[in-house]
Amino acid sequence: MINQISVFVENRPGALRSMTAVLAENGIDMRAFSLAETSDFGIARVIVDDVYKTTTALRDAGFVHSVTQVLGVALSDVPGGLDKVLRVLAEAGVNVEYMYAFLGGKKGEDAYMIFRVADNAKASAALAAKGVRQVGQDEIAGL
Amino acid sequence: MERYYQPEIETASREQIKAWQDERLVKQVRHVWDNVPYYRKKMQDAGLTPGDIQSSDDLRKLPFLSKADLRDAYPYGLVGVPLKDCVRIQSTSGTTGKRVVAFYTQEDIDLWETCCARAIVAAGGTNEDVCQVSYGYGLFTGGPGLNGGSHKVGCLTVPTSSGNTERQIMFIRDLNATILCCTPSYAAYLGESMREMGLTPEQIPLKAGIFGAEAWSEEMRQSIQDTLGIKAYDIYGLTELSGPGVAFECSAQSGMHINEDHFIAEVIDPDTGEVLPDGQQGELVFTAITKKAFPLIRYRTRDICVLSREKCPCGRTHVKMTKPRGRTDDMLIIRGVNVFPSQIETVLLNLGYPANYQILVGRVNNTDTLEVRVEMTPEMFTDNLGEINARQKQLVDGLRSMLGLTAKVTLVAPKSITRSEGKAVRVIDNRKI
Repeated sequence: MINQISVFVENRPGALRSMTAVLAENGIDMRAFSLAETSDFGIARVIVDDVYKTTTALRDAGFVHSVTQVLGVALSDVPGGLDKVLRVLAEAGVNVEYMYAFLGGKKGEDAYMIFRVADNAKASAALAAKGVRQVGQDEIAGL
Repeated sequence: MERYYQPEIETASREQIKAWQDERLVKQVRHVWDNVPYYRKKMQDAGLTPGDIQSSDDLRKLPFLSKADLRDAYPYGLVGVPLKDCVRIQSTSGTTGKRVVAFYTQEDIDLWETCCARAIVAAGGTNEDVCQVSYGYGLFTGGPGLNGGSHKVGCLTVPTSSGNTERQIMFIRDLNATILCCTPSYAAYLGESMREMGLTPEQIPLKAGIFGAEAWSEEMRQSIQDTLGIKAYDIYGLTELSGPGVAFECSAQSGMHINEDHFIAEVIDPDTGEVLPDGQQGELVFTAITKKAFPLIRYRTRDICVLSREKCPCGRTHVKMTKPRGRTDDMLIIRGVNVFPSQIETVLLNLGYPANYQILVGRVNNTDTLEVRVEMTPEMFTDNLGEINARQKQLVDGLRSMLGLTAKVTLVAPKSITRSEGKAVRVIDNRKI
């Protein structure tokens, strides 16, 4: 399981940048990033190397945020790789709320994706049973 | 045990209060007739002489004074004593037009401060208390009024004036301030700042707050009481009538007792001017019956409220006014609907949003637009967009059922709405009409 940090960002020029500036100033390395938006605000979702440091820095800078547990999945970087994972989740009856790709592992053979699902435990067990490799917070930090 | 600053006056019988009002009104009308040509002319135009006013029952015969009269008579036209007998002026912020400049003799200041002292004692104040006055000092009446009242009660007075939040909090903590006097929006801000510093209500020495000078809702009272761990009392006044202390709340926290030995209150239909019976909502009108330098007769406040003479558990006998629903000046007319900012505040606080909000009114294609900006809080934020959208919709629905209007609700970043250290700027009206 991976701790994803979700940050409230206003939808106006410079708002997102003021958040990334906080991360940059604190030397935080991002592993994955996704942005969900509505007409007047967005939620920036980030996976970082140091969750504690990031949440502390964001709080001090006045950003509203929350931490959500998501699944990190390593999938073969070949045609059908994602399909295989989604089939496992579908067969287990787990709903995917959203997912996004990883900025890239450095090893080459695997691709990584972040899944936010309705039931983490159920999804994790189903993936493990079908031999799909998952990555945890420690591995993410080390990538 | 309820305590009073002047028990013989504050708990006097209704007959006694009426007797004071009868005698003082007759005297005051004579004083104004003799010394204020502007008002004498108004009386003459209405075919009146001082002899027509025999008791407070005749009050309704007298012509009204309005803010427009104050403007016309600016600066000296309504002054009732020679300037050599005046010792002070106070003035309004002038946000709704020309500044009002009010004059005081030393006796006028004494009676004003006495009214404030009654308010402080009603909030539990004694000479053992440390009373921090965080209202602005200067032309604004808030600071000087409560400062004087605090002296009369014998509190150790801390005249911090408004602003410099860090210093305010330092004095509250270091000097163990027990009573805080400021605007409700500033009290909320101080509370929020102290909470962020990790202070729990138990760690804040304050026990009571006296908050006024702007409209605030019952929900806002609750939220201030919870964050600061105090009892929050409302206080009412207008510069035109001296300043804060014209009316004040007692331990019952169910309306403000008007100091009827100094001010006669009426509620009128704002359209017809007709006097309404107790219990009916209308515009509050005051007659100052003891002040000499600025003796306003039947001054229309434009505050909308209800008067009640029901027996109050605190033992005070003076009439109570409800918290004004808003000044008629604060009222916005949006797509033909009357909207008071306090109504919007009620909806927000009921749904758990902070009292810090901003109302933006605009006009697109000849149709008014209403946008309410609300700050996102850590408690409300979730990773789930659907849930946030549902909360936004809940706000829109809440506003619609309160106002009968559809408002756009925009969630903004925390602390992005300017905090007021004096009076809150709640409304930005961009309509060019």
